Amino acid sequence: MAASVVSLAGLRFDWGDTPCLDIAAFELAQNEQVFLYGPSGSGKSTLLNLLAGVLVPCAGDLVVLGTALPPLAGAARDRFRADHLGLIFQQFNLIPYLSVLDNVLLPCRFSARRRERAGDLRQTASRLLAHLDLDESLWPRRADGLSVGQQQRVAAARALIGAPELIIADEPTSSLDTDRQDAFLDLLTRECAANGAALVFVSHDRRLAARFPRTLALPDINRAGAAP
Amino acid sequence: MMPPLVRLSALSAWNRRTALGLTVLAVGLSVMLLLGVERLREQVRGGFEQSVSGADLIVGARGSPLQLMLYSVFRIGEATHNIEWSSVEALTAHPAVAWTIPISLGDSHRGYPVLATNHAYFAHFRYGDRRSLALTGGRAFDGVFEAVLGAEVADALGYRLGDRIALAHGSGESGLADHADKPFTVIGILGRTGTPVDNTVHIGLAAMEAIHLDWQGGAPIPGMQIPVEYVKKFDLRPKTVTAVIVGLKSRAAVFSVQRWINDFRAEPLMAVLPGVALAQLWQVIGHGEKALLAVSALVVGVGLAGLVAVVLAGLDQRRRELAILRAVGARPRDILALLTFEGLGLTVIGALLGFVLLTVLSLVAAPLVQARFGLSLMTGLPSAHEVFLLAGVIITGFIASLLPGWRAYRVSLADGLTPKT
Repeated sequence: MAASVVSLAGLRFDWGDTPCLDIAAFELAQNEQVFLYGPSGSGKSTLLNLLAGVLVPCAGDLVVLGTALPPLAGAARDRFRADHLGLIFQQFNLIPYLSVLDNVLLPCRFSARRRERAGDLRQTASRLLAHLDLDESLWPRRADGLSVGQQQRVAAARALIGAPELIIADEPTSSLDTDRQDAFLDLLTRECAANGAALVFVSHDRRLAARFPRTLALPDINRAGAAP
Repeated sequence: MMPPLVRLSALSAWNRRTALGLTVLAVGLSVMLLLGVERLREQVRGGFEQSVSGADLIVGARGSPLQLMLYSVFRIGEATHNIEWSSVEALTAHPAVAWTIPISLGDSHRGYPVLATNHAYFAHFRYGDRRSLALTGGRAFDGVFEAVLGAEVADALGYRLGDRIALAHGSGESGLADHADKPFTVIGILGRTGTPVDNTVHIGLAAMEAIHLDWQGGAPIPGMQIPVEYVKKFDLRPKTVTAVIVGLKSRAAVFSVQRWINDFRAEPLMAVLPGVALAQLWQVIGHGEKALLAVSALVVGVGLAGLVAVVLAGLDQRRRELAILRAVGARPRDILALLTFEGLGLTVIGALLGFVLLTVLSLVAAPLVQARFGLSLMTGLPSAHEVFLLAGVIITGFIASLLPGWRAYRVSLADGLTPKT
């Protein structure tokens, strides 16, 4: 069996006195792509913040790539996130005043590991952008001059640069129409597979589940039930 | 290459350049005011201290030492009483006295004061670092109706040697050349000194007597006008003068001579040490200077507060940007640094802009200030004290920038990857 990229056991997180997440167990293997479904308020964002090391669980084990995140200091968790995680958000993914190329290279500015793994930064960024069907004429352009679909592809390139082992996508297709959703999902899953990255794809849109080999409903595994 | 955070900070600020540009301009203007006040203060003090050197005592009618200093050296205000010529002769004859420069003030030419004196003025008057007066053209006055102009008078009014000028009685506020019947010929022009000498029209003591032969009690005697050609028939020895600048053979005698003058029996006289009078002057105007500097510093404070307010106000709109940076690996302390760099950078630009604005303003206003106030506005590299002030502004800006930096730090910790806005 492939080693786990994410391993949760008895994970609990409360917002003050309000229980938010209570997950008995969850495993994500290397190269695995999972669709995590959850309606608004089901604790999706909290779970992503926990996986990214921004929040620390109140109890339980949270191991990512063999590293237990809770005992790490804040700076170490930040470094871990920069080195090993790629994140894509629903919208406003990019720094508007940076060029497409600068946005893609941003993680390499904060992580020496990803900078090293990317090799020739410009070449790697160019390869990723070309793979994601972004015309070279767009690369020097400011990010806020792109369409939403183009912005999401730039965000995907940024998440993938430097070959992080885990990609977390938080509702990245919710602002795209159906055709563009399909095209983006194809690109993302293909690129994750090509880069050897595991993918946690979070959405409230159940229809997308069919495109993933594994689906998980957060309400089913979250014993806390509700979240702010 | 620029460090990534500094580059990010610069690009982010450039993205909001209109709002930030205006606040930087406000900081620049406030810094210009601060440096301008300080520079003016230094130059006024420097100008005063440069105006007379090598003189041991200034003697005038008894009254305020400060006032005596102001009218005799700086041509500010007017003397209330004159001193008798016989007193000047007694003073000159004192064994401890090396030289005396009698001066008589009161008239003017087109707003510039007229100073009547004798050749001792050109021989013994010193300014700055004990520099003596030098003529750039012509010679000192010999004849009665000859005038030697200060450099600024000649430059501003475009006078050349041989030109004829008419003097006005008093400060010339009436605009009339009251002594137009006895015109003077410009016989010499002095080199620039950066002191009130530049703004002075110099004539002989005999000339001062001559133009007032047909005057009494500050007004022309009705029906009496003495033509120029008859003037020399009169006794033109001065009867009174306004003040006397005194040089001693030895500085050690200064207090004994001062006492001798203060106890002078023939008339009430007063002798002041220029350094002591200047110290008194600084004491008087020191509080005003400090208040002016404090107001300028407050204006800079307001400018910096405005800058911090603009950066803080923009923070809410930037929470998504900060969250993205956190997602790609920026630590909260990177966020703090990002915002602090921004504030610091804007303060540095504002401070430099203030200095540039002051330099431009100094260049533009220099002729006017020179003509109106006799001050040569300094341009060029900042003085050590100005560098100190600029550094103070920048350090204050840096400390003030920690506030939005700290707020962004807290916001980015609270928001994580998902801003609450």
